[in-house]
Amino acid sequence: MGILQVQNVNKSFGGLKALNNVNLDITEGTVHAVIGPNGAGKSTLLNVCVGRLAPDTGTVLFGGKTLTGRAPHEINQMGVARVFQTPEIFTDLSLLDNVMIPTLAVRDGAFKVNAWGRVDGRAEIRDRAEAILENVGLGDKRHHHSGNLSRGDKRRLELAMCLVQKPKLVLLDEPTAGMSRHDTNATIDLLARMKEEHGVTKIIIEHDMHVVFSLADRVTVMAQGTPIVEGTPNEIKGDSRVQEAYLGGAHL
Amino acid sequence: MTTNTRETPQGDMVRFGLFTVVILAMPIWLMPFGAAYPDLMQKFAIYGLFAIGFNILFGLTGYLSFGHAAFLGVGSYTAVWSFKLLGMNPIPALLLAVVMSGAFAWLIGFISLRRTGIYFSILTLAFAQMSYNLAYSVLTPITNGETGLRVLNSDPRVLDHMMGAGEVDGPLVTNLFGMEMSGLPGFYFCAVWLLIGMYISFRIFRSPFGLMLRAIKTNQTRLNYTGISTRPYAQTAFVISGMYAGLAGALLCVTDPLAGAERMQWTASGEVVLMTILGGAGTLLGPMLGAGIIKYSENIFSAFNEQALHEIFAFLPDGIEAAVVSVAGLFVGEGWHLTLGLLFMLIVIFLPGGVIEGGQRISAAVTRLRGGGSGGSSTQPQPAE
Ligand SMILES: Nc1ncnc2c1ncn2[C@@H]1O[C@H](COP(=O)(O)OP(=O)(O)OP(=O)(O)O)[C@@H](O)[C@H]1O
Ligand SMILES: [Mg+2]
Repeated sequence: MGILQVQNVNKSFGGLKALNNVNLDITEGTVHAVIGPNGAGKSTLLNVCVGRLAPDTGTVLFGGKTLTGRAPHEINQMGVARVFQTPEIFTDLSLLDNVMIPTLAVRDGAFKVNAWGRVDGRAEIRDRAEAILENVGLGDKRHHHSGNLSRGDKRRLELAMCLVQKPKLVLLDEPTAGMSRHDTNATIDLLARMKEEHGVTKIIIEHDMHVVFSLADRVTVMAQGTPIVEGTPNEIKGDSRVQEAYLGGAHL
Repeated sequence: MTTNTRETPQGDMVRFGLFTVVILAMPIWLMPFGAAYPDLMQKFAIYGLFAIGFNILFGLTGYLSFGHAAFLGVGSYTAVWSFKLLGMNPIPALLLAVVMSGAFAWLIGFISLRRTGIYFSILTLAFAQMSYNLAYSVLTPITNGETGLRVLNSDPRVLDHMMGAGEVDGPLVTNLFGMEMSGLPGFYFCAVWLLIGMYISFRIFRSPFGLMLRAIKTNQTRLNYTGISTRPYAQTAFVISGMYAGLAGALLCVTDPLAGAERMQWTASGEVVLMTILGGAGTLLGPMLGAGIIKYSENIFSAFNEQALHEIFAFLPDGIEAAVVSVAGLFVGEGWHLTLGLLFMLIVIFLPGGVIEGGQRISAAVTRLRGGGSGGSSTQPQPAE
């Protein structure tokens, strides 16, 4: 039984069926890529998992516990972190504060009034936050305003904010979109390292096949709200249905 | 400003120390401004406290409450009732006022924080107006309606009578173990509470709790997906700022033991918003500065009357003088709110970060000039301060 199970999930927006009876089983410790053309329902699938959207029918189980109906912060506290398609960061705050917040969220839980201590009062918290910034290559910018970062850097910062929580499952929505080839490779390295160090399970949505083939253990191909093929990257590569889904047969 | 290094604890101690000196020395350095008399300085301290508390909600979380005067009013009424029932000692009055306004803020916050943005503001405004109207109607047994609530010689004042200080000739004045809380001692009493309030604000600003409040303002979505439940944080900030307001309301009654419903009117709620924005929302010192500027200007502009204007403009030819006086007359005395409105418009348009931001811009410009004028000189005119 996998760490994350999506069971018979349906979601419609008006008349549009964004998710059509989706079933998915993610094995613990693997990197699972979800690919598919624009509008296939990939982001919607992640949104259902993290509680941003409620599915019309069906359930999502994480480690045997149901996620459907829980608030986003509860789902995160259970060990699920999410990187969004458009970076969601605290643009008014410094990079260091951006990663301090998730670090504190792990230490103090969903709500704790700690109004008397100083944010940087505890060395181990600050060290952990600084280490992760170093790790994603943003160490020398830690006192900068995060609102001024390039889009690629914002993405990396958001990644750092998720990884610093040492989650059990990370959901990444196009983590390398808008990055240069060089930055993309750096991110691939980082994600690969995270897997080796912590054995974190990841679901990655990606359009860049280079990333998919470098990282993924398994790949699910979605089209029009339904997973059409699942297999190893090599199995997927040669599948004619996949080429069909991508603009009538253009080669991957 | 692309970098913001964190303030050190030592730096904060220095800053708070300077603030303390400046506040305690007010009777000296305000003298040249003609503002060194106790009544006005008490107002500086009290409204400073009100704005500092308001800033913890608005400056940090971005939730703009238009109903904080309600908590000021609750604090005032509670304080006067404490005087009436317990006695003229201000300490129990302040404590009770903080508790009552905190409880009241909890209730209003609980309901209003279900919405964000403009809907939150409207909810708080509606609650404050309801409180104001209730104080005038249904609640007259508690508030004494239009006359206002005051302390009478016939009131129980249990503690006073127990201590044998129950019988007083002349007006009843609050006193702290024998020291009358009017004049300069009254100011210093308020100043001590202002300093306590400021110190707490410093701690909150630098704490993990304060960081979460800032994060609420920046990106609630991210905060939720980071495992933080935002509502209780906003609720706590709301209650804390309500308690500051209650304390300020009680202090108003310590220096003048009379509570009226007009204190809860929406204009009073708007005033604390102006103070905070004028000084600089989200900064530590801004709200105090804003409160000082507004109360000082109010004092000056509202004191002018037609007569005074005629004297000022006497040097002008008769016809012009009459015209100038009638225009200027709109902005002074009762019309001082017009001046306030203009001042506010100027700040919001030209200095959205408030006076503190203005100061920072000037000091940045000065540093740039000193540093050899690299990158071309600023075209920003230096605002006169
Ligand atoms: N909140 C929403 N309200 C209405 N329609 C939505 C909403 N979210 C997604 N959709 C629609 O559902 C469909 C699937 O969207 P989704 O964002 O999941 O696609 P995607 O596979 O992530 O595409 P992309 O690769 O472009 O990110 C699209 O047609 C989209 O317009
Ligand atoms: Mg998407």
